[in-house]
Amino acid sequence: MSQDIVYMDYASASKTDPRVIDAMLPYMKEYFGNPSSPHTSGLRMKSALEEARASVARLVNAEKPTEIVFTSGATESNNMALRGVAFRNKDRGNQILATRIEHISVLNTLKYLTKFGFEVTYVPVDSYGLVDLEALKNAITDRTILVTIGYANNEVGTIQQIREISEIVHSKNAYLHTDATAAVGKIPVDVLKDGVDLMTISSWDMYGPYGIGALYIKKGTRVEPLIIGGGQEGGLRSGTENVPGAVGMGKAAELAMAEMSSDASRLSKMRDRLIEGILKNIPYSFLNGHPTRRLPHNANVRFSFVEGESLVLSLDMEGIAVSSGSACSSKTLEPSHVLIAMGIPHVEAQGSLLMSLGRFNKEEDVDRVLEVLPRIVKGLREMSPLTPKEVS
Amino acid sequence: MYSQKVMDHFRNPRNVGEIKDADGIGKVGNPVCGDLMWIYIKVKDNRLEDVKFKTFGCGAAIATSSMITELAKGKTIEEALKITRQDVADALDGLPPIKMHCSNLAADGLKAAILDYMKKKGIKPPEGIKIESETEKCDL
Repeated sequence: MSQDIVYMDYASASKTDPRVIDAMLPYMKEYFGNPSSPHTSGLRMKSALEEARASVARLVNAEKPTEIVFTSGATESNNMALRGVAFRNKDRGNQILATRIEHISVLNTLKYLTKFGFEVTYVPVDSYGLVDLEALKNAITDRTILVTIGYANNEVGTIQQIREISEIVHSKNAYLHTDATAAVGKIPVDVLKDGVDLMTISSWDMYGPYGIGALYIKKGTRVEPLIIGGGQEGGLRSGTENVPGAVGMGKAAELAMAEMSSDASRLSKMRDRLIEGILKNIPYSFLNGHPTRRLPHNANVRFSFVEGESLVLSLDMEGIAVSSGSACSSKTLEPSHVLIAMGIPHVEAQGSLLMSLGRFNKEEDVDRVLEVLPRIVKGLREMSPLTPKEVS
Repeated sequence: MYSQKVMDHFRNPRNVGEIKDADGIGKVGNPVCGDLMWIYIKVKDNRLEDVKFKTFGCGAAIATSSMITELAKGKTIEEALKITRQDVADALDGLPPIKMHCSNLAADGLKAAILDYMKKKGIKPPEGIKIESETEKCDL
């Protein structure tokens, strides 16, 4: 990446921390061996794998490292949690609860499960993206086997009341899965205090390598494996382990433990400056998501009368990488399903801009966005037939 | 994702704005689906003397709007009515497949503007002129 690019799209892809790469290199250049082999080369890999598992366990305060299962990433973890719990517990019931603001890998897996007789009930969220706890209480039944609600939303940054959700879920003896991809390493997450049974953990979202992730599975949770083979990962995820990946993820977890609070305080100040600067200087701009229960690195703002992809392209021409939840930018032509579920009208949702900060952003990056964005929005509004005369 | 030509027209859109005393205005698209396009024409001696646009939409929507103004200017009404969305896409060195419909409204916008002009003038439009996007629905 060129040095002059202002990168504010950490929610789409993150830079692997150079310290993580350094930790991984020996396991690609020097050491090799199958962690299941009894010889020295194998044992060295096994011990690196287990150290990494312990680091990830510590980050989320899992009771035992064996509660962490390495996967290929958050999408696989979500698949494993939902399919694994559903199929293993179908003798207990067939109802699953979720929200409509979940990640696409959760939503599409739930859709898949309905083909097998599972019934998915969607609990509404409010205009900030917060789960309606009363609605959850009303929706949960004795047939509910699983509730899946993201810890914090990747797109609008809203942090759920997981502890309260957990109490409701456990009152009916259902399992709680939470996709904590956007949260782990960014805010303190504690599986014991939060009371979760399964939790999806991403590697690259916390500056670790790609191609690896994890699923926390509380001891005693009934799950069936997704991938069957040699019985690695406690029989829950077969296939020879990705040791360099795990070592990288373990290192990323250690760095997150050490640096999370300083990263969060620095980034949240930058985030607030970004949001306040935009709302103050650009008329008809509105914050998406919760004003306070918000991920420290997430700024999501919508602008009336303009469309998101043209904003993203215009900012790219100025060397600024951001994202939009808009119709045109994604593979589907629909506007962000998260904003729609929050009740934001379609036309308004189209004009949203997601600026996600990361460990490598500098204060000047915020200055740069605040400098060019008003001009870009003004230009697109002048071109838009929706813009009222008094605005352009 | 986009060709250099698309990016050029997005970066420097030609003929943006409205024509105050336009002879015809075509309004196509639906902002709910992400694209809305208004095409203005000025006609003199059966030729499109001026063509301008206003567009709410993605990169492809803005680039196709800009391109249609260039393609249409100076053409006779009959010639302009023959411009298809494929012509617009070709002139831009292609569009990503997903952008071929919703965001490629410019040919429709031009047709709608010409039909508006003909209606005002009491001219009977030729047979078979169709605004394709009117029958296409975005799945929302």
